[in-house]
Amino acid sequence: MWLRLESRGRRSPLWTYGSPVLALLLTVITAGLIFAVLGQRPGEALYTFLVAPLVNTGGLPELFVKAAPLILIGVGLSLGFRANVWNIGAEGQFILGAIFGGGLALHVGEGGGWWLFPAMIVLGVLGGMAWAAIPAFLKTCFNANEILTSLMLTYVAQLLLLYLVTGPWKDPEGYGFPQTAMFGDSALVPILIPETRLHLGVVFALAAALAGWLILSKSLLGFQLRVFGLAPRAARFAGFSENGLTWISLLLGGGLAGLAGLFEVAGPIGQLTPSISPGYGFTAIIVAFLGRLHPLGVVLAGLVLALSYLGGETAQIELGLPNAVTGIFQGILLFFLLGCDVLILYRLRIGSRSVPAGPAPDMAQAGTAP
Amino acid sequence: MSPEAINFILSVITAATPLLLAATGELVTEKSGVLNLGIEGMMLVGAVIGFATAVHSGNALLGVLAAAGAGIVMSLIFAFLALTLLANQVASGLALTIFGTGLSALMGVGYVGTALQPLPKLSIAGLSDLPIAGPLLFHQDGLVYASFLILGAVIWFLYRSRAGLVLRAIGDSHEAAHAIGYPVIAIRYAATAFGGAMAGLAGAYMSLAYSPSWSENMTAGRGWIALALVVFATWRPIWLLLGAYLFGGIMYLSLYVQGLGVALPSQLISSLPYLATILVLVLISRDRIRIRLNAPACLGRPFHATG
Repeated sequence: MWLRLESRGRRSPLWTYGSPVLALLLTVITAGLIFAVLGQRPGEALYTFLVAPLVNTGGLPELFVKAAPLILIGVGLSLGFRANVWNIGAEGQFILGAIFGGGLALHVGEGGGWWLFPAMIVLGVLGGMAWAAIPAFLKTCFNANEILTSLMLTYVAQLLLLYLVTGPWKDPEGYGFPQTAMFGDSALVPILIPETRLHLGVVFALAAALAGWLILSKSLLGFQLRVFGLAPRAARFAGFSENGLTWISLLLGGGLAGLAGLFEVAGPIGQLTPSISPGYGFTAIIVAFLGRLHPLGVVLAGLVLALSYLGGETAQIELGLPNAVTGIFQGILLFFLLGCDVLILYRLRIGSRSVPAGPAPDMAQAGTAP
Repeated sequence: MSPEAINFILSVITAATPLLLAATGELVTEKSGVLNLGIEGMMLVGAVIGFATAVHSGNALLGVLAAAGAGIVMSLIFAFLALTLLANQVASGLALTIFGTGLSALMGVGYVGTALQPLPKLSIAGLSDLPIAGPLLFHQDGLVYASFLILGAVIWFLYRSRAGLVLRAIGDSHEAAHAIGYPVIAIRYAATAFGGAMAGLAGAYMSLAYSPSWSENMTAGRGWIALALVVFATWRPIWLLLGAYLFGGIMYLSLYVQGLGVALPSQLISSLPYLATILVLVLISRDRIRIRLNAPACLGRPFHATG
């Protein structure tokens, strides 16, 4: 064997947090290589991708605008992933939140008062929860795999949105474009700093991260989620309800994704269109892992991935690179992250065989790596 | 049999073939205990590589082979993460799909709008002119024949060959197989690579035969439906045939009904295959005991040989 793993016998605290940093570094290096292959000067392209979006005027508020939905969704997913509940249909729940909340805004039109926006928030959360309740129901009652059901529902949600904006909800004065009318003023999300797009959703995102952290580290629910992920048998012996945790994980993730969708259409977009999300629901999966499935880590990871969206846009405008570059970098980042995470539990040994020093600490659990 | 009926069956075959190819590959991967959720990404990369190769070389067969090769390369990225570095298989598979979606979109930018002749139909002298059976059985493109031949070979391999027995043993108990001395990781690498090659072929079918062109995300969730088909078949390969043709039928019907100009909104009809997938998953998974009896016991679990 040319590459050998040697168990550390415990989690390395250094690499738990070092791994994302190393993964980011490797991603940046790889990105430079890809830029070179695409015929760009790597240094200049990396500057355009990583730095220019931040130093441009209004760059920092835009970063938070893009990070808000990623953080909202990522917090919900990180709690569920801890318990091995694989909700990968957040994109669909995001869309349903936008449809529910946006639907109210369209129904009310130009009227409405102070109550309209809070009501939209409630509906947005309910929309996301309703969509996530389907995989939860199918999982708990029929044992159907939530990965596949939640993902299939994402396709259905996209088609539902397309149906609404090209059919019943289409703007009659929209020159035939597939979009709804613009929302009325009282349906728009409050802006925090004038002249920017920085909106209330950012505050909600940070609050969600804080609440998620409190749930995870200070509550019985958080404890149950963690035990279920690490030792499902122990959790069952302790009498924790597997079905209950599945429901909570999915409803929490779905509700936050729905909230993110509502903020997106009531904020930066201001109407419903077929493309209200550039894949936030999928990118949030990477955010959750990069943030170590920890709500506070998710905030940092959300900012990093938000930068990849901004950088992709800047590179598209200034270098003429296709937008798909963003997706590639996000995929590579997750590859490197998953690869580097091996260092948390193992030391890498390169070369042929060597005599192990002393008895391996994990003999008792040989073959069942965590 | 009327010409309409023959055309209907031909269309179902076209819709079912990519599902059958991808699901056959994933079934072998899963039988060895590896859950690769990256089919959609591997299919997309296979589709774009196959298309680009066929355009530049003018040789469709070369395109098909290149697609299979691309699928293998993609699957080896996954295998290195999940098998060598023991990364979470669900996350690694998702990463493969995210990466493949982006990579295929980037590579395909220059090919959007390019058209190509569909894969040539292979006729068999004499037999192809038979009524009914001729066009149905003996006038298909090579990948349709391949999908059946490979399925047959996989059934033989898994249940009649010694190597297939070892592969299934590894999927059911990697510790026992390792203790006997079988190379668990190497065989899982091979099974994963086979799944990648098949996903690549499925992608090639999309971009060279189904609709000979390239467009972003052209697989539209077929990789995920193939994953569901493996559950539908409860990991028994012969049932893949039924599942793939059932879903091929649903996919074609949703196109056909739209063509009739029915008053239903087209988006509702387009969502039928996805809703049917959910329904089928529910019907099959409801029977927990059957799932537990048939699913490889080590599916998705990492293996690290110590000592």
